[in-house]
Amino acid sequence: MRTSLKWIKDLVPDLNVTPKEYMDAMTLSGSKVEFYEEMDENLDKIVVGQIERIEKHPDADKLVVCQVDVGTEKLQIVTGAKNVKEGDKIPVVLDGGSVLDGTKAVKIKTGKLRGVESRGMFCSVEELGASTDMYPEAPEDGVYVFEDDVEVGSDAIKLLGRDDVVVEYEITSNRVDCFGVLGLAREAAATFKKEFKPPVITETGNDEDVNDYIKVAIENPRLCKRYTARVVKDIKIEPSPKWMQRRLMAQGIRPINNIVDITNYVMEEYGQPMHAYDLDTIADNLIVVRNAAKGEKFTTLDGVEREMDESTLMICDGAKAVGIAGIMGGENSMITDDVTTMLFESACFDGTNIRLSSKKVGLRTDASGKFEKGLDPNNAINAINRACQLIEELGAGTVVGGVVDVYPQKREEITLPFEPDKYNKILGTDISPDEMKDYFKRLELKVEDNKVTIPTWRQDLECYADLAEEVARFYGYDKIPTSLPSGEATTGKLSNKLIIENTIKTVAEHCGFSQAMCYSFESPKVFDKLLIPESSVIRRAVVISNPLGEDYSIMRTLPFDGMMTSLSTNYNRRNKDVRLYELGNVYLPKSIPVEELPDERMTLTLGAYGDIDFYMLKGVVEEVFEALGLEKQVEYSPKNPAPFLHPGRGATIIYNGVEVGCIGEVHPKVAANYDIKDRVYIAALDTVLLRENASFEMKFVPIPKYPAATRDISMVVPKEVLANKIEEVFENKGGAYLESFELFDIYEGDQIKMGYKSMAYSLVFRAKDKNLADDDVNGAMDRILKALQGMGIELRS
Amino acid sequence: MKEKLESIREQAIKKIDEATEMGALNDVKVSVLGKKGELTAVLKGMKDVAIEDRPKVGALVNETREAIEKYLNDAKDKLEEEEMEHRLQNETIDVTLPAKKVREGHRHPNTKVLDEVEKIFVGMGYEVVEGPEVEYDYYNFEALNIPPNHPAKDEQDTFYINKDILLRTQTSPVQVHEMEKGKLPIRMIAPGRVFRSDEVDATHSPSFHQIEGMVIDKDITFADLKGTLEEFAKQLFGDDVKVKFRPHHFPFTEPSAEVDVSCFKCGGKGCRFCKGEGWIEILGCGMVHPKVLKMSGIDPDEYQGFAFGVGLERITLLKYEIDDMRLLYENDSRFLDQF
Repeated sequence: MRTSLKWIKDLVPDLNVTPKEYMDAMTLSGSKVEFYEEMDENLDKIVVGQIERIEKHPDADKLVVCQVDVGTEKLQIVTGAKNVKEGDKIPVVLDGGSVLDGTKAVKIKTGKLRGVESRGMFCSVEELGASTDMYPEAPEDGVYVFEDDVEVGSDAIKLLGRDDVVVEYEITSNRVDCFGVLGLAREAAATFKKEFKPPVITETGNDEDVNDYIKVAIENPRLCKRYTARVVKDIKIEPSPKWMQRRLMAQGIRPINNIVDITNYVMEEYGQPMHAYDLDTIADNLIVVRNAAKGEKFTTLDGVEREMDESTLMICDGAKAVGIAGIMGGENSMITDDVTTMLFESACFDGTNIRLSSKKVGLRTDASGKFEKGLDPNNAINAINRACQLIEELGAGTVVGGVVDVYPQKREEITLPFEPDKYNKILGTDISPDEMKDYFKRLELKVEDNKVTIPTWRQDLECYADLAEEVARFYGYDKIPTSLPSGEATTGKLSNKLIIENTIKTVAEHCGFSQAMCYSFESPKVFDKLLIPESSVIRRAVVISNPLGEDYSIMRTLPFDGMMTSLSTNYNRRNKDVRLYELGNVYLPKSIPVEELPDERMTLTLGAYGDIDFYMLKGVVEEVFEALGLEKQVEYSPKNPAPFLHPGRGATIIYNGVEVGCIGEVHPKVAANYDIKDRVYIAALDTVLLRENASFEMKFVPIPKYPAATRDISMVVPKEVLANKIEEVFENKGGAYLESFELFDIYEGDQIKMGYKSMAYSLVFRAKDKNLADDDVNGAMDRILKALQGMGIELRS
Repeated sequence: MKEKLESIREQAIKKIDEATEMGALNDVKVSVLGKKGELTAVLKGMKDVAIEDRPKVGALVNETREAIEKYLNDAKDKLEEEEMEHRLQNETIDVTLPAKKVREGHRHPNTKVLDEVEKIFVGMGYEVVEGPEVEYDYYNFEALNIPPNHPAKDEQDTFYINKDILLRTQTSPVQVHEMEKGKLPIRMIAPGRVFRSDEVDATHSPSFHQIEGMVIDKDITFADLKGTLEEFAKQLFGDDVKVKFRPHHFPFTEPSAEVDVSCFKCGGKGCRFCKGEGWIEILGCGMVHPKVLKMSGIDPDEYQGFAFGVGLERITLLKYEIDDMRLLYENDSRFLDQF
């Protein structure tokens, strides 16, 4: 919403503030001013001059030398303007004044143009910071020429209305009344404690009766709350007066002609859209407001044929539709320059219906933008009478006496109890009831018998909390004291889930992984990119019905696409050795179609390329398990790794028999699908499953007092025997003294026969209560060696 | 005998003086004081000395031994000192060479800010809670006083799964979940991911984060809301920050406010960063609407409270002077590794 500050000051005559003061105070009382623009900010010393004589320039064909009367003196000015003649009155910027060149201020000085002295410059509307759009009388190319009756030497900036300030507000959707200048002026008056003087609407119309011209019937009173109509005859279409044009210009509205301008003026002033029909096109002198028929076609006044459905409200005459209610009139009934008799409509339609219809029809207009907020039906009558008053004032036609006013259910003012204690209790203030009454009075809320009467234009005031806000706004939010909540003490804490997630973040970061954030939605194509089989249940995703595009249309069931895409971005920007982790939800539907909320599973995803291999990544995963106290029961199974993993370099991570994630090198085909030509490693862990078992409990184990006995085993192992099988032997056969074991060498190659690998482990034995003798260890070693031999393992000496 | 001892002593001192390394000193020790050394030999020759002279000679031998030992030990100390000095000198390094960095990962800037915010509120006795990202329409809208067909639903450009289920557009539904638990008083913050159908550009993302906050108790006032958020702003942005409350409208709070803080770059004078205004909008807040309390089963005549919602990305962008929101979701390591 924007207003001319001059207009506001007309309605609040005692308002004497600078634009900055206005902006700050209005913002603090709730009408947030986004910015203001002083239209004459860069304009200076511009007066009306009259050209007395024009002579040729001695040295330039395209220039002329003018003698100009600027009131205080006569000046010689050289100009290139072609549209001027002797006697014309034009804006002249004097020596030392300034105008605009584009958005830049330019200072004008006396100087010579091709040898001839020039003591000023003639101005076009562009040089005055405007456009010919807003000044329809200005020439497309050339200087502005005033009407003959302006006074020579007077202030041209003022005459052109450039001495105004345009204020742009952010009005919240609940303050429907503030989408009109009157509403904002009322707020300004209340804010600055000045008197608000709205226009006085006088009786209009001749002796005739409007009912002889038009009948109105509302078929759907739920959607059309009120319909008022008046008739104007003997219309003379001509430009509106300059004061009205300037005001519309400041509001950002292009002046057209008197009738259109009056309609727009009243819409700006009252926030009430109006429409004018050529009464001669209205069949049977009848207006019927009804719902459209399904598939009804209608051509709006912009010449476009549109199709309706039965939820859209139409304005019709005895034979046909003549307008889409609240959105746009029809081509068949629009005002043309030949109009003689006109029907003015000022109605109130259901906001929601207009909003939905406007969407369905695909047409949003200034009018629909206002109606969809839900207007006050009581305002409609004021607007139409104000318009007719302006018709008479401007001599635009003869207003027919009387108003057709179909108002099935009058909206009455509501009352709320006046509860000063409650307002103070919410605000934490101690404001006196009298002070509150004063605020209310300024807003035209009447307080009588401990009741507050709410005017119908304040539909946002429904309960004590709303009134408390009105008190707060005018007491001043800045004056409300500050305190901290009292009452029962509470303990600040994080949930167990968040504590675990923080632990995981810390571990991942210590391991060199930086935190990534990826979108929750993705393309259904990711399943193909990740080689997920057609039949896989993981392809069953929660689908967004109105996505930003197919690429963002499903809620991810796997966390890998975001990670791979991020790694790909890094790879293709030539970033070296990238390690990322993400903690984010995947969304698993409980049923398809979705009938209840999906299962949101917080998942840790690790991804890296460059200085990384399977075992390094496995180390990170193990760090995570260890930090959560889960390291004891984790297994890595090479059986059927996930399809996006290298079949020989992937594992399923199993905790205590339950699958909790996967780890591996990304399948080269998948890496290629993401344009990565390097080996990529990824892992994922379902933190929900980890959370169930995680524990931060720790117990101290005494530091050993007795020395350890260490034995090394060196073996030649068939390739298919996996390390975990050998380690199982250590664990099962190692006896009570086996403290730990560690692989210290693994080798495949020249010195080892085909199909075998060489492995060497170091086993550490220790007793809590004595020095171990050889005999104490030998038994365990014999059992281990025997079991290993049983697995086809050869021992090397 | 006396001369002999004198000569041993002189010889020993000479050899000690000549020694330039520890080995040579040890040789002296062995050859003079050792079991087969010269002085020991003298002692062994005592049997040839007259009995009455033996104590005297013995004392003389001991005196010589002590003198040599002392001289030897002093020489050893000196030599050790020299050797240490030599070693230290040889081991000198160029301390200005580049460090060997420990490769740590970096926390996402959003998370860094969130961690800070959580710390502030946990310190004030708030519990950090969460709610679902895929949410029922009821919790996202209706229970927050946004009935069907309310224009605010359009303003929020919601992603729908079906007519009842959507991607939450705000973290405010967590307020309702907490109130419905029926455990009072409530002091909570609820950070989380929210979604709106905005095309991606430098200032918009279809997925971003909010931090919701709510306090419900018997005597919670707007003054408490002001005090709490001022405290929050001071802890997050520094003690000098000024906080401004402006009236605003949200369907689920009344009275409502938007909160600006004085620009932490220019201190409020106006700069490029705050677009010359001196103030930066950081959050929306208000007193929980009585209708919202009632719908969630709380009696507004007995309890009242406040709620606020902070846009996490907004703070992150401001705090770190990041000029393009897209950077937060691209995961370029050159970006992430700066935090």
